[in-house]
Amino acid sequence: MQWMAGLWALAAGAARAQPDVANDLRPLIAELTGGAAVNPGRVRVETPRLADNGHSVPMKLVVESPMTAADHVLSITLLSPRNPRPLMARFVLGPRAGRAEILTRVRLNGTQAVLAIVQLSDGTFWSGSAEVEVTESACLDAG
Amino acid sequence: MVARVQVPSGAARGEVIAVRIAIQHPMETGFRYDLRGNRVSKNVINNLVCRYNGTEIFRAEMGSGIAANPSLQFYTVAAESGELQFEWVDDRGVRGEERVQLTVRG
Repeated sequence: MQWMAGLWALAAGAARAQPDVANDLRPLIAELTGGAAVNPGRVRVETPRLADNGHSVPMKLVVESPMTAADHVLSITLLSPRNPRPLMARFVLGPRAGRAEILTRVRLNGTQAVLAIVQLSDGTFWSGSAEVEVTESACLDAG
Repeated sequence: MVARVQVPSGAARGEVIAVRIAIQHPMETGFRYDLRGNRVSKNVINNLVCRYNGTEIFRAEMGSGIAANPSLQFYTVAAESGELQFEWVDDRGVRGEERVQLTVRG
């Protein structure tokens, strides 16, 4: 059982290195939107429900938008409530995209609900999120 | 930096096509230590632009929240035959570039 004690010590070390604090995303969102209201909907974040490993989690962002010159997505911003840097990425697109859909792979520091904020060409903001359960955080070796 | 871009071999005019790029890059978070205990400084590809015959169609501003060897897939309307040009830069200022030809029928 000595190896188990070692495991616990490792886990405790990791816990000390990464205090489990939820990021306050409100100031970031306010900065993004310039204070405008963010409506829920129109954007879907698709991830596996359970990620064995936070180093590389596949993620698909889908926005309901006709992607025409008059009505299209300007940007999609990915925010994390638990990563050490909450601003994960920002994608800028336009009417030439044809379809507002992006696939990538992200790093996640533990179980969390990743948030996507979308800015449309009419100036409105929409949000969507997906809960991902991460069994091994991407930041374990940070201790 | 080695990169691979994938586009369909041909497309009909007006068709929405998937564009994929994968770049070999560690995307260092800045939270890791090396074997000597020194912190490895943050180094990620912070900006990637894709231009279609010179017009910007996609941009990604990335942080440490994107996994190592970043892979992106997005879409574009096949408007005319020509070139998709990718340009990116990391925190150390190292630049990368990749071009791919696209043939549009009709």
